[in-house]
Parts: sequence; C-alpha cells; structure tokens
Amino acid sequence: MEISKLTKKRIQEYIKEGKRFDGRDLLDFRDIKIETDIIKNAEGSARVKFGDTEVLAGVKMDVGTPYADSEESGNLITTVELLPLSSPRFEPGPPGIEAIELARIVDRGIRESGYIDFDKLCIKKGEKVWNILIDIYSINDAGNLIDVSALAALIALKTAKFPKYDEKAEKVLFGEITNKKLPLTDKMPITFTYYKVGKNTIIDPVSDEQESSKSRISVSLMNGKELKISAIQKGGEEPFGKEETEAIIDSFPSVLEVYIKKIEKTFKLE
Amino acid sequence: MSEERKIVIPGEILASGDEFLPGDGTRKEAKDIIASRYGLAEISGRLAKIIPLSGGYIPRYGNTIIGLVTDITFNGWLVDINSPYSAFLSVMEVPRFINKNELAEFLDIGDIVACRISNVKRKSIDLSLKARGLGKLEGGITLHINSNKVPRVIGKEGSMIRQIKEATNSEVIVGQNGLIWIKGDKIENELKAKEAILFVVSKSYVEGLTEKVKEFLEKNMPKETKVKISTGEKEI
Amino acid sequence: MTAKKEESSYVKRSDGRKFDETREMRAEVGVIKNADGSALFAFGDTVAVAAVYGPKHLHPQHLQNPQKGILRCVYDMLSFSVPERKKPGPSRRSQEISKVTEWALSSTLDLQDFPNTVVDIFITIISANASTRVAGINAASMALAHAGVPMKEMVSAVSIGKIDKTLVVDVSKEEEDYEEGESATDIPMAFLSKSGKMSLLQLDGEIRPEELKRALKMGKEACKKIYELQEKALKEKKTEEE
Repeated sequence: MEISKLTKKRIQEYIKEGKRFDGRDLLDFRDIKIETDIIKNAEGSARVKFGDTEVLAGVKMDVGTPYADSEESGNLITTVELLPLSSPRFEPGPPGIEAIELARIVDRGIRESGYIDFDKLCIKKGEKVWNILIDIYSINDAGNLIDVSALAALIALKTAKFPKYDEKAEKVLFGEITNKKLPLTDKMPITFTYYKVGKNTIIDPVSDEQESSKSRISVSLMNGKELKISAIQKGGEEPFGKEETEAIIDSFPSVLEVYIKKIEKTFKLE
Repeated sequence: MSEERKIVIPGEILASGDEFLPGDGTRKEAKDIIASRYGLAEISGRLAKIIPLSGGYIPRYGNTIIGLVTDITFNGWLVDINSPYSAFLSVMEVPRFINKNELAEFLDIGDIVACRISNVKRKSIDLSLKARGLGKLEGGITLHINSNKVPRVIGKEGSMIRQIKEATNSEVIVGQNGLIWIKGDKIENELKAKEAILFVVSKSYVEGLTEKVKEFLEKNMPKETKVKISTGEKEI
Repeated sequence: MTAKKEESSYVKRSDGRKFDETREMRAEVGVIKNADGSALFAFGDTVAVAAVYGPKHLHPQHLQNPQKGILRCVYDMLSFSVPERKKPGPSRRSQEISKVTEWALSSTLDLQDFPNTVVDIFITIISANASTRVAGINAASMALAHAGVPMKEMVSAVSIGKIDKTLVVDVSKEEEDYEEGESATDIPMAFLSKSGKMSLLQLDGEIRPEELKRALKMGKEACKKIYELQEKALKEKKTEEE
C-alpha cells in the first residue's frame, strides 16, 4: 500500500521538530550488521543490513583483454539488481532506471576515489588484465538502498581475494582461491545520501520517510589526511537552495564520523 | 471446551473420526480433518478449524475498515483496502450530498478514510460511509498490521485497545483489514500507541498479554494528566 | 538399497556421506520482512531463498483467470552463486526451471476463492552446489504456507543421482561432474506430503527402468525427512512477527 498523505504530513511535522519515528537523530543511521565471506563461489561477498534493509554484494573476478585506451589497466563493472523478492514495488525484468542509477552512483564512488589500483590488475600489457565485477542485490527494501549497497560493495571489495590463475594455460581456475587480496589503496570511499523531507534533511530514511522525500544528494567521501569528495549525485525533482546545500556540505565531517563509528561497531574498516 | 491450540501446516491431520466436521481452512478426507492452510488448529466440540496466522484480509459484510483513496471516478472513489480486489465508495454512500464537482474536495487521492463494507461481490467490494464514526481521517499516523492479529489488538470486548488508548491519550481506529489510525494529542503519544500495538502483534500468542502490555505502557509513558480530545472517541 | 559394488566405480561418496544421506540441511521462515511469506532452504552450500507476494491484483487484464487465481514463479540465480559468474538476467535454463517449479507447486494450491488474482513466487539461489531447483521448491513450499495461501499439502523435493551405477541422495556439484563409467545422471524430483504423489520429475543421463524405480523410492524416503525439517521451521515460534 502506498503512503498516505497524513502519514507523509506527520513525518514532515516530526522531522521539523528534529525527531523521527524510531527515535533517531535526523543525521543518524540505523543499526548496521555486516557479514563477510558468506558465499563460497564468490571471490568476495558481503551481507549488509541497516535495520531491516538488507543487501547482498558479491565480487567475481575474470581475465580479459583491456580497453584500447587503457592497455595496462584492469576494469571495474558494477551492476545492481533490485530483486522483486525484496519489495512489492519491484517487478521482474531488466534493471530499470532506479537500479541503473544506483549502480552508477556506487561505481562512481569507488572509481573516482582511486581506491582500486587498476594498474596492478594488469597481467600482460595490451593483452590480459583482471576485471572486477561487483554485483549487488537487494534482499529486503526498507529504505535507503543506495547507502547499504555502497557499503556492501565496499566491504565485498575489501575482503575479496584473487582466484588462482594458470599462467601457462591463460585460464582462471574458478573455485580455487588464493590468499591475495585485491590491489586497494588507502583512498577508501564512504558513500551516504541526504534525503530532503519538507525543508529538512535526514540520513538513512526508512521506507515511509523515503517516500515522503522528493530529492536527495548522495556523496562519496575519502577520509584521508584531508577530507575530499570523489563523487556527488543529486537525485529527484526538487531543487536545493544555497543555504541548504552549504549546510549539507558543512555536515560532511560529522556525518562521516557518525557513520564510521556505527560501521566499526560490527566491522573494522582499516 | 476448546483444546490447546497448536500450529499445523498444510496437509496435516487435525482430528480423525466420523464425528468431526471440517471448519474454516480444513477439508475432510475419509475420517480425517486435514489442514488446508497454515495456522492454529482449533477443535471445539465436533468442529475442527484453522485460525490463520498469516494471509491477507478477507473482506466481510459489515466490517469497518480503513482505506487509502487511490482514484476518483465520476461517481465515487476507488479505495485500496489492502485486499486483492478493488473497493469502491459511491458518492451515494456518503451521508451528505456531494456535488459531482466536489468529489476531490471531499475525499482526495492519498486521503485515509474509515468505511464500512456494504457489499462483497465476487471480484469487487462496495463501501459506505453511512454509519457513525466513519469518514475522512485527518492528522495522526497510520499503521499496518496483519489482519489476523486484529482481534488480539482489539482484545476481549475492546479491552486491549481501550487500555492502549487511555494510557497514551490517543484516538485509535482499528480497521478489520489491519490498517490502524492513531491520533494523539502529541506525536510522542502516537508513537507510544503504535509501539504498544506492535508489541501486542509480536507477542500475540503469549499468555497474560494484557498484564504485559500494562507494564509496557507504564514503563514507557511519562506520567501526565489526561487531556480531553475535542472530537468524540471513535471505537470499533 | 545397496550399490552394486562389484559393478559401480562410485563406492564412496566424495564428501564421505552415506548413499541415502543428504548434506546438512537448513530451513527457516520469515527471512524477508516485506514479503507476505518467505523462507530459506539449504542443502549444504546450496542455498535458496523464496518470497511470496499475493494473492494480489493481476495486471494486465489478459493474464487474469476469471475462475481462480494463478501462480507465477520466477527462479533466478545470483551472479556470484556459481564459480563462473552467471550474467544477471533470465536464461533459458532459469525460465524452464521457473515453469517446472510452478507445476510442482500449483496442484497443491486452491485459488478458487481468488479469481483474477496472482500469487507471485520469487526464488533466488544465493549459493549453488548442485540441487538448486529442488532447494528452491523446498523454500517455495514453506514460503507459500507461511504466506497463508490456501494449500492442500506441502511439497518436498530432492535430487537423486546415479553416479556410475550407484544411486545417491542429494547430488553435489562434484558428483554431478563425475565422468567415470556411466557418468552422472541427475534426477530432481518432488513429492506431495499428504497424497505422496510426484509433482516434479526430470532426468538427464542414462538409467535403466528398474534403477529409476529405485531412485523414485529413495527420493520419496528422503523427502519425508525434508518434510520434517520444513514442518519444524514453520512451527518454530518467533517472538518477532510481522
């Protein structure tokens, strides 16, 4: 059933007072649960839950020919599928715009940060490189699939290991895993999304809150010596005013801190 | 006279013997009464039936339900009552005269309305507002629970829901279809009432639930004097 | 039932199991909150999750059945559930499995009281080590019951293998890939819990009629154990409902 006008109104009224139905602060996350290495056939896998929202991400590796304009680099391909089993609002079929946009947001966050050292994925220049394929699936949609997906992808990457590669036969030995982790740098991207509800902004909405929101801004940050932004996406039709936007930007460090603290309750990020 | 209820699954035998009669959710094969759905087996004298634990709402004539207006036609409103069939509220079933141009003003898409089921046809349901306490609901929040838990939430002669309403100073309408409307004098009270209802739903099979709910409400409610709500109490 | 040891090369199972032993099984209901009913079923590393939505209104109209509700089944595997990545999206194989799964389950459903509606079942294989369609059917059967869909009886499924000349219960990928002697014959099958009738039967390989009859008998026995697990999962009282 769709959200009613009166619930939407109530959510907005409450958020105006700085409160939410589950007692959280406006810029706080639900409790996070993380499990890794749960799928045998994946080179890396993560199951992430924010409250009732659950996402499964897996990393598969493969060897292929590099692109002509990057002969010494491996590649990253990110796919998202919003499974019909995760919500009555998803229908079977090829990925719709929601899944496509989500995949691109997650991908940009990882790619633009420089987290993956693509050159270290080269096996033979111009001929053979490793490709990283991240596939993300929604298992239960209770709001904020973007952030849960981004975190699941990150953790799957972090814990992934190369499969064995037969150099002579030039073949990947799928099913046989090495102990070698992926070539990752310290430029770890953390992605989170602000949702505009009425005149306020919240983080990590539940379904009803998300349905009461008409616009959002996702940001991917790198927490290095200096705080830097590697990707941004404004989604939704409602525009943001100057003060709103600056307030959001000013809140990046504090939200990042809250987020990392919450993640580290269940998983060591570094 | 009813024996202790246990959960049965489809295909399981509830009772065996010529004297037993198949009630709701069961069928008889030779001497056996067999479960035709998942639920609690209830054997009362000769009647063996299933009390469902899950499954959608089955609309019944006379039920008071809460729905969400999804469309407006030239002579009424289409209402989502969380059933696989469409429900229609005709402009003729409103206690006052509505001009054909005023339909959206009276009830708009996205509005919540408390109605009565006036007719159940094979593939559609007719609704009516012609009874006390029905109509568009304003303010407050809505909550959706499994319709099978509604009797527990209401309680014996309304005792459970009354306890929650009084303790949280809220108006509450419990639709038989599992949609519940709560309006408190403060948002905190609305949320407390919502939590208390969800507590009942999660512990619906537990004994002595009334006491446990009383404890729950006392523990979570700040002590304060009762404030009278201006509109009359709506109760099912 | 014993293997003809003097004729078959497969005298000991690769993972040490007895011939009539399944891998460690796991069954759980209510794993997907948004669904009307949901369940997980696993044979060892083969994990299937099923979610049921419905009965609900069916669009478009031309798919509706005015006399009763219909069952629609979609079977799908996660890309990383298998060693070599499976491209996302339906394949011919998954479409066929979706259909035989629907047929395995539909005879137990009674949707006369729900004309023009649909019951959607989504089965997703999270991790695969052979026997995926039968794990899916086991999960789907529990999910349908859990959703409160009117259902005459439960459905339990298992794959029986003929590895060279040895009949085994619950085929693993390693056994599926066996190449010696008569190689591997995979026989997924499903049985209804009350009537005992067979609602799924497929085979690929080579088998003699007598062996097939024995395989069916073995499968039916194994399905009784599977039923017990499904029953247990549905009867487990949970403090957190809805």
